Amino acid sequence: MAEHILGAHDLDVDEIQIPREDWFESSDTLQKLRKNKKFPTIWCAGCGIGIVMGSLIRAIDHLGLSNDEVALVSGIGCTSRMPVYMDFNTMHTTHGRALAFATGLKIARPHMQVIAIMGDGDALAIGGNHFIHAARRNIGITSIIVNNAIYGMTGGQYSPTTPVGKQATTAPYGNIEPPFPICELAIASGATYVARSTVYHVLELDKYIQEAIQKDGFSLVEAVSYCHTTYGRLNKFGTAPDMMRGLKKDSISKSAFEKLSPRERAENSKIVRGVLHVDDSREEFSRVCRQLSERVRTGGSQ
Amino acid sequence: MVVSLMQGNEAISWGALAAGCRFFAGYPITPSTEIAEMLARELPKVGGTFIQMEDEIASMAAIIGASIGGLKSMTATSGPGFSLMQENIGYAAMTEVPCVVVNVQRLGPSTGLATAAAQGDVMQTRWGTHGDHPIIVLSPTSVTQSFELTIRAFNLSERYRTPVILLTEGIIGHMREPIDLPDFDALEIVERVITDTPDHYVPFSNDLGDVPPLASFGQGYRYHITGLFHDPMGFPTQRLDEIDPWLERVHHKLDRHLDEIVMVEEDLQDDARIAIIAYGVSARGARHALKLARSQGYKVSMLTLLTIWPFPEAQVEELGDQVDRVIVPEMNLGQLALEVERMVGRKKVARVNRANGEMVTPQMILDVIES
Repeated sequence: MAEHILGAHDLDVDEIQIPREDWFESSDTLQKLRKNKKFPTIWCAGCGIGIVMGSLIRAIDHLGLSNDEVALVSGIGCTSRMPVYMDFNTMHTTHGRALAFATGLKIARPHMQVIAIMGDGDALAIGGNHFIHAARRNIGITSIIVNNAIYGMTGGQYSPTTPVGKQATTAPYGNIEPPFPICELAIASGATYVARSTVYHVLELDKYIQEAIQKDGFSLVEAVSYCHTTYGRLNKFGTAPDMMRGLKKDSISKSAFEKLSPRERAENSKIVRGVLHVDDSREEFSRVCRQLSERVRTGGSQ
Repeated sequence: MVVSLMQGNEAISWGALAAGCRFFAGYPITPSTEIAEMLARELPKVGGTFIQMEDEIASMAAIIGASIGGLKSMTATSGPGFSLMQENIGYAAMTEVPCVVVNVQRLGPSTGLATAAAQGDVMQTRWGTHGDHPIIVLSPTSVTQSFELTIRAFNLSERYRTPVILLTEGIIGHMREPIDLPDFDALEIVERVITDTPDHYVPFSNDLGDVPPLASFGQGYRYHITGLFHDPMGFPTQRLDEIDPWLERVHHKLDRHLDEIVMVEEDLQDDARIAIIAYGVSARGARHALKLARSQGYKVSMLTLLTIWPFPEAQVEELGDQVDRVIVPEMNLGQLALEVERMVGRKKVARVNRANGEMVTPQMILDVIES
């Protein structure tokens, strides 16, 4: 996570088109939660993952999707426990493999909105191969990665997004491995919608998740979060509210970032929030599969 | 009916198509690759999808995902790839999602000899994934059986909501034999049937017999699937009163239907004191040895196991009681022989093993009969 403060940048509220009264007041959003599932969630009090769940629910609700047409697929880890609480077709799979399961499901049910929910370790370490190949194919999966830069469920081991020098239980002398930039990896691999925000900037998350679902190819929203229980404790970042304030302080909107001088941009270590990439030129993969079948059946083999 | 000359791997592909397979995800590996190549060609013709995944882990995951989306799904691989699939095979067993995994065995361990056949994965098909779990494994001895048992694999998979492994090897996979393909429309094919309304659907019910019906995603039956221990609604649980009924049902859902699952071929001789128990490609050499032995006046019975897991305990035990000696030829260092020994006693069993990529010859078996 970014450490340096280059200046205060407020949330770009003007960029957000969702009417405010829809965010929290709509009783329809409650219909997206499972009535027969025991709450509370397994997450620690103060965790950011629940905020992402809220954004996802509001995005789905705002798009007017029925519960039946949504499938949530996750892997293993704190974030991957999210689907069980939501009243969709939900699948909690094996560690790192959410996108591979989702690929089969999307091909079988191309008209469903297939959403994969992963943590940083799940998506990028054990699942890194599936991540780049799902993006390469441009299969119509909305992927949401909650990036808290640590393995939370197993107690605070360094992940592929832990910054160099930070403490983790498996990095007692500070992490020595450079982190992956998640969004840049997705863009380079062929994703057709890539956006990043933080759990502090929840209105942005609502908007980006909504746009990502609307995009029919492979889309990614990186939701930068925090783990005060492990990462925060090991690195003396304070409480959950302290870390939440850190996300506000150490992030910058894309529009503000673009106004910086070239030198300031080069030196920027803040989290850049915004829609980082949109590509409308590529065909969605499950549709390509159907087109292939159509072509073969009507006689053309080329 | 059209008689064709066909490889075992081709017959498996036709069997899959005949059974209604409409999704194949795989990764190239010798000696199974022809199955992927053929289904890449044939599946689009019937509105199905072939996808070459980034590895075998993803292939296994994708077929489970497609199966829960409502498509009959299959993958095919060999030893190294089969090892990679193990975790997700366990997931399919835990979540009771039907799928078919073809393992065209090659000589291992590790990369071994890619072009040499073996029967070294027998125990891995049973115990390769972690934890106790039900599994069905079928093993053909010919090209025709490769076709028939593939269809059976899909039918059993749908009927019992379990992964089914078709265990063959490079010899039958690559060998060409005449096969009389039946009219696909005349075959008995098991389809998913769901009668409950979504409001009353209990995806992992322990009160609806051994196998609750499976609803595919996207049909209006919203529910949760997890590899965690789960309650009848699919939600994670740590309660013993929810775990125990699940264990009872899932671990016995195959045992209670062995009549339907276990297939053997018997070639018995009155007063035989010797029996051969074989499966897969080794049964072919054994059949020849049987013929030679009988022509020399020996009385020998033979049991060919087409279902190897659940192990045909009753059939093996019954035959073992009638003879003094049981010969178990295998292209490994003795795997299914352990099960035979468990049923008939170690002293009766003569193992005939070869694990260098070459077949067990009829003479090797004959030598034991004559000794």
